[in-house]
Amino acid sequence: MSTPLLSMRGIDKRFAGVPALLAASLEVGRGEVHALIGQNGAGKSTLIKILTGYYTRDAGEILFDGAPVSFATPAAAQAAGISTIYQEINLVPYRSVTENICLGRESRRFGLLDWRAMHREAETLLARFNVHVDVRRPVMTYSTAVQQMVAIARAIGFKAKLVIMDEPTSSLDEQEVGVLFDVIRQLKAAGVSVIFVSHKLDELYVVCDAVTIMRDGRTVRVAPMSEVSKLDLVTTMLGRRLEATEHRTAAAAASGRGDQDGALLRVRDLAAGRKVREVSLDVRPGEIVGLAGLLGSGRTETARVIFGADQGESGTVALSGSSGTIKEPAEAIRSGMGFLSEDRKLEGIVPAMSVRENLTLALMPHLARRGIVDEARSREIVDRFIQRLGIKCAGPEQRIRELSGGNQQKVLLARWLCMNPRLLILDEPTRGIDVGAKAEILNLVRELADQGLGVLMISSELEEVIEAASRIFVLRDGRTVADLQGDAIGEPAIMAAMAHGHRERAEEAMNG
Amino acid sequence: MAEIAAPARPASRSLRFDWKRFLSRYGALVALVLLILFNLAVTPNFATWQTLNVNLTQVCAIVIVGVGMTLVIATGGIDLSVGSLMAIAGALAPLIFMGRIVSMPHLYAGVALAFVIPVLVAGAFGWFNGWLITRLRIQPIIATLVLFIAGRGIAQVMTNGNLQVFKVEEFQYIGLGRLFAVPFQAVLMGVIVIGAAWTLRRTVFGRQILAIGGNERAARLSGVPVVSVKRRVYAISGLLSGIAGLIVIARNSASDANLVGLGMELDAIAAVAVGGTLLTGGRATIVGTLLGALIIQLVRYTLLANGVPDAAALVVKAAIIVLAVWLQRQNLS
Repeated sequence: MSTPLLSMRGIDKRFAGVPALLAASLEVGRGEVHALIGQNGAGKSTLIKILTGYYTRDAGEILFDGAPVSFATPAAAQAAGISTIYQEINLVPYRSVTENICLGRESRRFGLLDWRAMHREAETLLARFNVHVDVRRPVMTYSTAVQQMVAIARAIGFKAKLVIMDEPTSSLDEQEVGVLFDVIRQLKAAGVSVIFVSHKLDELYVVCDAVTIMRDGRTVRVAPMSEVSKLDLVTTMLGRRLEATEHRTAAAAASGRGDQDGALLRVRDLAAGRKVREVSLDVRPGEIVGLAGLLGSGRTETARVIFGADQGESGTVALSGSSGTIKEPAEAIRSGMGFLSEDRKLEGIVPAMSVRENLTLALMPHLARRGIVDEARSREIVDRFIQRLGIKCAGPEQRIRELSGGNQQKVLLARWLCMNPRLLILDEPTRGIDVGAKAEILNLVRELADQGLGVLMISSELEEVIEAASRIFVLRDGRTVADLQGDAIGEPAIMAAMAHGHRERAEEAMNG
Repeated sequence: MAEIAAPARPASRSLRFDWKRFLSRYGALVALVLLILFNLAVTPNFATWQTLNVNLTQVCAIVIVGVGMTLVIATGGIDLSVGSLMAIAGALAPLIFMGRIVSMPHLYAGVALAFVIPVLVAGAFGWFNGWLITRLRIQPIIATLVLFIAGRGIAQVMTNGNLQVFKVEEFQYIGLGRLFAVPFQAVLMGVIVIGAAWTLRRTVFGRQILAIGGNERAARLSGVPVVSVKRRVYAISGLLSGIAGLIVIARNSASDANLVGLGMELDAIAAVAVGGTLLTGGRATIVGTLLGALIIQLVRYTLLANGVPDAAALVVKAAIIVLAVWLQRQNLS
């Protein structure tokens, strides 16, 4: 291997002045399977989109196959031999394998389709992946594994020198993952390079040769896969060294009490889709429970099933004092739950409505007599929460979209607090808000927990979870792998669980 | 935190008059006033009781259907089936009061049923639209296209494609009668407009409609019963279409399943758009829809009264819609 196939150096990119990439670099050798990992917002996707021509870079250089390149469009990148594979299979089920493969680049002779040439082309292409089938038959008559191969073969074609796979396994089952890994090995054997983006650490060790780790828009580590341990990967990704940060004594003390109390929320062996496989956890009244895990470990999905926004497939969710399973958010709310979604814009605020209407959205039916909203009472409640939470706005009638992120978040928090809930699920409650508001929100949550509210908090910021929570469940690939309480809480323990998982210990804790 | 500063009405903050914002807010009203002033100056015999009545009766059906359409659009949906539902109601009513389905013992019983049953049937079809959208998760434009196509067919099958001519004063009161010298249909329209405007502003149901249109996912996570609200909204749109269908056939003393409500969906959507309701949902004004329908009607009347052919009036109507939608976009940015 002389020169690398791809070399991106010193790549800078800003969005509206906010840096997304700072001198990021990525180097992929010929026939190398290269893992690219990092937390949410680390800059992986931006880097890839700059490579494939979705974005233009502000600075830096890209050398591909020995020549400097700068693709204006994704089509240009594809023409130069860079293919991207998406998560879903996108085929036309009733048409033949050949038609699916040659769709959009049909061979013609005398203005007519040259079927013989196209069949031959499809057969040769599939042969590269060790698939030998009758290419004249409809794609739907073949197994999923074959269909998947056809889809991949179509994406890669003959010319690809570099294939980018962005979280290719997140919607595949184990057998399909196996097929995909075979494809990767065959590509490698044919001298094609692969960039493999995934959050499932185990997978990286199965197929990747080297890894680039990104954090905060920078490339922080490049190493051969065999030289980094899983724990190294996690700590580098999160940017922490293995020093025990002291977990708040107050929170530690809190964990001591209430062990005998009945659980407010009891989740056992919950499974739903591919993201939630076997989650168990408990929340007691007055307790802040943290739900930790890497991106894609199933934290948000678990919360959504508990709240009834998505349906579980097996396992139980029991909220004390209410019977039956919860199938709709409205039922969850009636039995005393609240859920602050991680995506404020998409699932939180109603942008065109006022602060008052956003705050009372869930409460509104209780504020009405015979279906007519009692405006005076609503105003009174809203004024009280604006004051109590220190929401900075021009007045209750101001449109919520004009508020800062932190104040929007406080309004959404108030939406649940005014319902007087027993259990509050907070999904990334401090994402995208300034430091001051962050501290205020966390203090408020702590205060409410002291008054008996049960809180289940999801956060990607370890510090935050460790500081606030008195008990932490760690998820890994949709499974509860650790249950940490009291003195056991600390960054090393959480990161170890994220990296390796400690099923035995978790099981002991759950049964004991 | 710079956002704390109150972005109140820009007119009060800056001395420069923000005409774009003003127009997008009150544009419909301004246009209507200008149209009336223009007519007073130019059109002969404009300021007469008769002109008012002619224009009111022309616009009633559009406004009544437009109110239902406004509610549907406020949830982020659309209802293409309104015209066909008008045809169904319009075909059913004469069958009932003329005793073609079951012979009516009494004229008044027949007329009473001819008011109630067709409207309820149209409402049920509207509810079916809502069911398709919420249960089968079909996009509103496609789901309501089903009845847009099938509805008129159903109406034709019911009447064997025949024109039904009738003269039943008691029934035709809805289209021809007067209450204190005002056409009854205009009174009905007024009641519906006021009722809907109040519902949208003051009731839980109304606010939930806007919350769904403003952000459906957030509304669901806040416990808003999205499915039932949507079904009710489409049912209301169906009920109102049924009423409009009865008005139209009563006015014409005839019911032709091929023609009743033809093109109504587009007139209603145009009225909603010109009135200033956001077509993506979340912001709606019933009074705006009334003004929008009046503008479209008055422009047509103005052109006709001044000797411009109807075909040309259509082009002007299209231009008004484009202008209205453009003004909306100005307000967004």
